[in-house]
Amino acid sequence: MSASIPVEKARKLTRKEKREIDSKNRLASPVASLMAVVIAVFWTIPTAGLLITSFRPSSDVRRTGWWTVFVDPGFTLKNYADVLTTSNVTNSFFNSIIITIPAVVIPILLALLAAYAFAWIDFKGRTFLFAFVFALQVVPIQVTLIPLLTQYVSWGLANTYWTVWLSHTIFALPLAIYLLHNFMKEIPRSLIEAARVDGAGHVRIFFQVMMPLLVPAIASFAIFQFLWVWNDLLVALTFSAPEYMPITAVLAALSGSYGSRWYLLAAGAFVAMVVPLIVFLSLQRYFVRGMLAGGVKG
Amino acid sequence: MIHKHAAKGLVAVLSATAMLSLAACSSGSSPTAAASADCTAYSQYGDLSGKTVSVFTSISADEEATPHIESYKDFEQCTGATIKYEGSKDFESQLPVRVEAGNAPDIAYIPQPGLVNTMVATGKSFPVSDLAIQNIDANYDPVWKDLVTVDGKVYATPVGANVKSFVWYSPKMFAEKGYTVPMTWDELIALSDKIAADNSGGVTKPWCAGIESGTATGWPATDWVEDLMLRVNGPEVYDQWVNHTIPFNDPKVVAAMDKAGSILKNPKYVNGGFGDVKTIATTAFADAGAPILDGTCFMHRQASFYQANWASFDENATIAEDGDIWAFYLPAMTTDTKPVLFAGEFAMAFADRPEVQAFQAYLASPEWSNAKAKATPNGGWLSANKGLDPNNLTKPFDKLSYEILTNPQAVLRFDGSDLMPSAVGAGSFWKGMTNWIALNQSSQKVADSIEKSWPSK
Repeated sequence: MSASIPVEKARKLTRKEKREIDSKNRLASPVASLMAVVIAVFWTIPTAGLLITSFRPSSDVRRTGWWTVFVDPGFTLKNYADVLTTSNVTNSFFNSIIITIPAVVIPILLALLAAYAFAWIDFKGRTFLFAFVFALQVVPIQVTLIPLLTQYVSWGLANTYWTVWLSHTIFALPLAIYLLHNFMKEIPRSLIEAARVDGAGHVRIFFQVMMPLLVPAIASFAIFQFLWVWNDLLVALTFSAPEYMPITAVLAALSGSYGSRWYLLAAGAFVAMVVPLIVFLSLQRYFVRGMLAGGVKG
Repeated sequence: MIHKHAAKGLVAVLSATAMLSLAACSSGSSPTAAASADCTAYSQYGDLSGKTVSVFTSISADEEATPHIESYKDFEQCTGATIKYEGSKDFESQLPVRVEAGNAPDIAYIPQPGLVNTMVATGKSFPVSDLAIQNIDANYDPVWKDLVTVDGKVYATPVGANVKSFVWYSPKMFAEKGYTVPMTWDELIALSDKIAADNSGGVTKPWCAGIESGTATGWPATDWVEDLMLRVNGPEVYDQWVNHTIPFNDPKVVAAMDKAGSILKNPKYVNGGFGDVKTIATTAFADAGAPILDGTCFMHRQASFYQANWASFDENATIAEDGDIWAFYLPAMTTDTKPVLFAGEFAMAFADRPEVQAFQAYLASPEWSNAKAKATPNGGWLSANKGLDPNNLTKPFDKLSYEILTNPQAVLRFDGSDLMPSAVGAGSFWKGMTNWIALNQSSQKVADSIEKSWPSK
């Protein structure tokens, strides 16, 4: 790729290299760090406000903003108690898990296979097909709701978990295939060829050469998909049977038909946020790495 | 039992699912032991053992949905049918999708007669049975049947009702200051002037209001206009306005809007506890009455359902004729007429199986209304069923609402915005009223723009 660089040490730096060094310096400068901190603080203020609100008594929430707690503190756990004793919340929390795990695993499995084929198996119409899959990303979810539900009803799948699993899989596949394909393409051809010379077939190459290298990409997409499915409301409302509704749907109903209990929403949001937070924090080191590796290069 | 499909479907999550369904089942509510009901009134519905009817409604929060589920117990016990209840806040958007896709519920509780018409147009709904028509004729004011009659066929049975023409106030505060409940519009204005004069210069004002309601912002102001249309122009002109036989910007409509504006846009009168006129647009309707409990506002016009909101402001607030909170009927121009603006839900069927028709007919019967009233110990629910025993309504305020709604002298009119085409009734009317307040647009200008948005057909 860049074997010629060490040979001509004395030559002036190319413009590209200069820019690389430049940007490295810029990223490391104290001004940039300060900016990053300022942005992070601003970004966090609304969430912090929500967290504080979730602990305030309903009468305070109604009368004053959350920032007034600093001069006039008043906290309660009643909101959380109310949320957790709402009948469907615990049930829907497990529903969310049951919905999310397969809706993350299925698209990754399928996308891995498809991406491998697109990246390393030569077949007729490969470029066209890949462009087609890639282009599917522009189809808005909303357009597909009624036709998809009609299909599920005629296949007899309505009111099972399958409707939600399949829908999330369908909506995730184009991006998943694209990201994983780009990542696989990055793996040097020589590596694959070496394995092939040693007598490895596609299956062996896939599991023994590709998989270890793909872990960050898979993890990053898994986080991405996990957050998307966990936070999804539209797909669940449309396809899910009433008894399988995830926590987002229950939260949406929490405030009551006439909005009389909207002060519970802040507490409800944090209850729903716990799982994605754990997932994100435990996998975040893959997230940035995987996104950079898979997403930017073509 | 809940997760049987999951267990069947995916081996990979089998163990997790089994574990979770145990947890889910243990956290489910145990059915309360209902007293063995007298089943004679139910024999007409026949034996429906093993049959299931699914019900989809917009009533989703626990404290409102549970009484509904409880109220079906007698029917389930006596006929053997099972009623499967589902409530969703996104009912209005979800129902058309499900109906289009062929996944419709058996019964849907529809709060807008306009949506009933739309559903009839899909061709996937069914007219009610003869038994249901008998029940409606025997128990309801004819206005209920007319609202859901399309091409001579009745498509839904009435379920719940709420009365919109109410002004909430604090009897204790009124007594303290020597104010009396006004009986005519002029008395109402005189009282407002008096309160304004007694509290000049502060945040305390005679009225408080709020029309913010997410994507539905503006609807509380449409109720004001509808109530004033009934009072200024009478029910006939109201019907013409709703049916668009007179244009939305007719001088009569503009006059009614101006009358509403004489309170809502009067800086001397509003917005108690919140600020100036413009704060009406940014105040959540659910919170707008709260200043009455704080003593910074005296009157708040909102429907009977608002009863539930007071407890969220102050759990100890008593709702009684001599308590912290009560409501009076929004007076008409004279005491001779009693126009009442009301709203309610209708049960529409998307299947014509016998058990669905039986359940639909049952909802219009006095037995159901009484069962529902008994299953709602915290109040806040009523129907307009003439067979409903007011003594089954636990809250005195519900009794008052019921009296107003079933008063033979009352001229009942359904909430107009729910009857108009949704482009207007759930669109330009809301937006127009928001501009009317927030941008201080004139009534004429707002009425003109709404008239322009009326779909031509």
